[in-house]
Amino acid sequence: MLIGLGRLPVWFSRWRLFSVCVRLRLHGGASAGGGPPGGAGKDYPQRGKDNYDLSEFPTENIRNFSIIAHVDHGKSTLADRLLEITGAIVKTERNKQVLDKLQVERERGITVKAQTATLFYHHAGRTYLLNLIDTPGHVDFSYEVSRSLSACQGVLLIVDANEGIQAQTVANFFLAFESQLMIIPVINKIDLKHAEPDRVAKQIEKVFDIPKEECIQISAKLGTNVDKVLEKVVEKIPPPCANLSDPLRALVFDSTYDHYRGVIASIALFDGWVQKGDKIMSSYTKKVYEVNEVGILRPDQYPVEKLNAGQVGYLVAGMKEVKEAQIGDTFYLQKQPVEPLAGFKPAKPMVFAGMYPVDQSEYTNLRKAVEKLTLNDSSVTVHRDSSPALGAGWRLGFLGLLHMEVFNQRLEQEYNASVILTAPTVPYKAVLSSSKLIKEYGEEEITILNPCHFPDRLQVKEYLEPVVTGTILTPDDYIGKIISLSQSRRGVQKNIVYIDDHRLMMQYLFPLNEIVVDFYDSLKSLSSGYASFDYEDAGYQVADLIKMDFYLNGKCVEELATIVHREKAYATGKAIAVRLKDTIPQQLFEIAIQAAIGNKIIARETIKAVRKNVLAKCYGGDITRKMKLLKRQAEGKRRMRKIGNVEVPKDAFINVLKRQKDK
Amino acid sequence: MEGSDFISNLRFAFQWPYCERRCTYCNFNKYISTNVNHDAMRDGLVRETETLLGYSQVKEITSVFIGGGTPSLARPSTIASILETVARVTHVPHNMEVSMEANPTSAAASRLAEFKAAGVTRLSLGVQALCDRDLSILGRDHTAREALWSLEEARRFFPGQTSVDLIFGRPGQNVESWEGELEQLIALCDHHVSLYQLTLERGTALYKQVQEKALSVPEQETMARMYQAARSVLGKAGFLQYEVSNFAKNGAVCMHNLGYWRGRQYLGVGPGAHGRFAPLGEGETQREARIQTLEPSDWLREVRRFGHGTRKRVQQSELDILEELLVMGLRMNEGLTHQFWLQRSPGFDLQEAVGDAAEVKQYLEDELLVLDDRGLRCSWEGLALLDTLLPTLLHQLQLSYQKSVNRSLSLTCFVPPAPGPTPTSHT
Repeated sequence: MLIGLGRLPVWFSRWRLFSVCVRLRLHGGASAGGGPPGGAGKDYPQRGKDNYDLSEFPTENIRNFSIIAHVDHGKSTLADRLLEITGAIVKTERNKQVLDKLQVERERGITVKAQTATLFYHHAGRTYLLNLIDTPGHVDFSYEVSRSLSACQGVLLIVDANEGIQAQTVANFFLAFESQLMIIPVINKIDLKHAEPDRVAKQIEKVFDIPKEECIQISAKLGTNVDKVLEKVVEKIPPPCANLSDPLRALVFDSTYDHYRGVIASIALFDGWVQKGDKIMSSYTKKVYEVNEVGILRPDQYPVEKLNAGQVGYLVAGMKEVKEAQIGDTFYLQKQPVEPLAGFKPAKPMVFAGMYPVDQSEYTNLRKAVEKLTLNDSSVTVHRDSSPALGAGWRLGFLGLLHMEVFNQRLEQEYNASVILTAPTVPYKAVLSSSKLIKEYGEEEITILNPCHFPDRLQVKEYLEPVVTGTILTPDDYIGKIISLSQSRRGVQKNIVYIDDHRLMMQYLFPLNEIVVDFYDSLKSLSSGYASFDYEDAGYQVADLIKMDFYLNGKCVEELATIVHREKAYATGKAIAVRLKDTIPQQLFEIAIQAAIGNKIIARETIKAVRKNVLAKCYGGDITRKMKLLKRQAEGKRRMRKIGNVEVPKDAFINVLKRQKDK
Repeated sequence: MEGSDFISNLRFAFQWPYCERRCTYCNFNKYISTNVNHDAMRDGLVRETETLLGYSQVKEITSVFIGGGTPSLARPSTIASILETVARVTHVPHNMEVSMEANPTSAAASRLAEFKAAGVTRLSLGVQALCDRDLSILGRDHTAREALWSLEEARRFFPGQTSVDLIFGRPGQNVESWEGELEQLIALCDHHVSLYQLTLERGTALYKQVQEKALSVPEQETMARMYQAARSVLGKAGFLQYEVSNFAKNGAVCMHNLGYWRGRQYLGVGPGAHGRFAPLGEGETQREARIQTLEPSDWLREVRRFGHGTRKRVQQSELDILEELLVMGLRMNEGLTHQFWLQRSPGFDLQEAVGDAAEVKQYLEDELLVLDDRGLRCSWEGLALLDTLLPTLLHQLQLSYQKSVNRSLSLTCFVPPAPGPTPTSHT
């Protein structure tokens, strides 16, 4: 915030006087705890006299835009440069992914949480207000992307000059295209040794039907041609359609939670204005709030007197829960209700996983951590769940796998929590035929999250599984391997095109459960890392699903039941049986591990009875070590689960249920 | 709480930490050094012996065990000095067992008379195998011929008091060859044999070779058969198995080692030595588990500075001591007798400690354990599976112990103010 303050007089040469007032107001705000600044309040006629007034920017001088790109193509680096050029941040060597605030974002080089920055830009004798709305790169976060795009009129589509179009480039392009935004193609990293900007420009022409001459070739790292990007933003992206004289109509496109101030909503104003003291109403909850503060993000919060139509900023209004600032909601003045803007459909979890504390004594702490984290990520759904083996926990719904991993990593890094995450599952559905069941559930089509609730085949018309459209971009050397991988995952090829001489774009319809665990890793390893993959929701398809049970010496192990496609039953059953065999210790008797569908055993493994187990040498020096080991085993007995007479250590369940990363 | 028999006397063990070479299976605390400063080591061992015996305030030392490393590499005079110190500081019975480990090399064998003169009464000879191929896999510094010659020599100096150590489960070994080896040994050996199943310890050369599949050890099933075969062969030859790995005839048991399994106090001197005793001389009545500093030069520096090189002291609770008693006691064929157990824990008998658990009842029913008038012990089959039984037994002991403590607490805390009926658990 201080950086911005120091720079204000320079950009606002015309408003030098006003900047002093801003400074005063800020000081006042800080010391008086945010009391109403001099005169400006609920008294509407006073507004015109407001000194620092963003309405000095006519709507035609405003541009709202996003940067969209495949991961690592340089979106955040370009954002850094734009921030520097426009003076939002001081130019230093250390400006690396300024908008990526989370540790997980910096480590993985991804953006999880969209951020916004307001820039002031001089061009051709005019000062423009540019609102850069950062977006996450991965389609797991496409919901975040579409949220961000809803506040924009145009996008910069960044493509790496070396890697060319990748799967997420395609996915993001279509999101922008469907939103009817102006798309400015930017080819980045032209400074790289193996950069081929012309080849990439041709790809863009072929895949996106944008003339290759329109591509701006830049190096965000070195700053080459970045000024041209800003020029094009001003020239090509239309200003927002907004009317200052109409009553307030503001779209909530993001929200964050501040421990002290409550919800901070990111808003885009389509009509009217908003300022401190206004009574606003949520069209979703019909709750009324008094605005405590409005401001712009530069990228830090920077309070202003008011926000006007066409502008983007934040609003604090005493909302205590993130749910109160529903993404896609419309805020309007209590006294002047308006027709709400078209919202978004709520984020739909696609991947579910059980989450349990490693130790049940950690349950309360973990619960607090999950609650805090979901405050800032409302796309995670949380249901309490419990497992006889793992204790009390939750079934969490995520937008996708990366989303799940990021959530887990944030729990570990930001809340120091260690958790057991079970293998992800997808939401299956069943169309019921049994009228009794329909009555019981109150609907014909039910979603099955827990395999224990899988209805019997006799009671259903059909089972449904979620499917996705997967886009794979790859050099053509790997086509054979990728096709057989996709077939083994029950993929149906929809489309295959060459985007240049050597690169292919393939589209498949995949059952979601076939790709949630390790598809991406397999694809990366068989293509030496060159193929990229992304997917989007494609609804549900009829599927031959069955429930598989596991037995230990004839006793069913409830928590291991899984829903599988009939074609995959044997392989899955075998794999889990083998994993159980490897983790259940030998006991005094033989243990039969069986995978079964109904009454039919489809896989069996045997753990032989222990024949000899006694430490040979146990004298003075060996006793301490032996006791330590035995005490640990005795302690393990406490957490042992008995299935019939078989003792199953918790570790065995964890090993079977948890996500296998090293496949 | 210490029963008088547990406290008045002490086993004394000391470590000679050096070896000539590294055996491929050994992960003990040992050091390969060509220029050992024997005088300094002697002074250090003597000094630490004086200090620790002083701390223990013990009246009598009942046995001495000289382990290692390779103690037969120590000078006989070093051993003599330590034994003299023990005899000077405390009382030693005239027939005290002084057991020493030795490698069956010609060098060691040639000094047996000197060791005997220094006071050693019993020799434990690390023969390990009677086959040169296996000896070289194990990285031993002797041949089978040398070992047999050493055995003859040892029997000459320590008749009836010579033990032979053998390792089974060696790479490439099978049950038949093992039985043959045992028969060969029985014809030549004295009254004591120790058999150890080869354990692959992390960090050893052998472990690595097996991991890398350069060598493979017999399957668990074969190991079990080898163990049972050895027990039968030795039994037929008149050896009584008195512990998991130890066999003796004519009562030639190792008294010192029995002390470990009977939960007696012992004092450890030398780098990496372990001890269990109550340091009354330091004003502590509670038994402690102690470990001396591992590295010889560090240990020596500490001994010079403080009189001892104790690196770690952990006080043992009553439950800790009972746990060790259970774990160690069940290794012996005699097991835990009621008398012995109650001496250690009056009012908390074996039945209450472990006998009531459903799992333990199952073990008794399956005849893996025996709980009768004599006490608690393993059956023949049970002994081979002891480490599978122990976690359950320990777990049960912990639960029962807690219950008994709670009970005695509630009895002392909720005594009715006026004479009346004894409080019961009925509510």
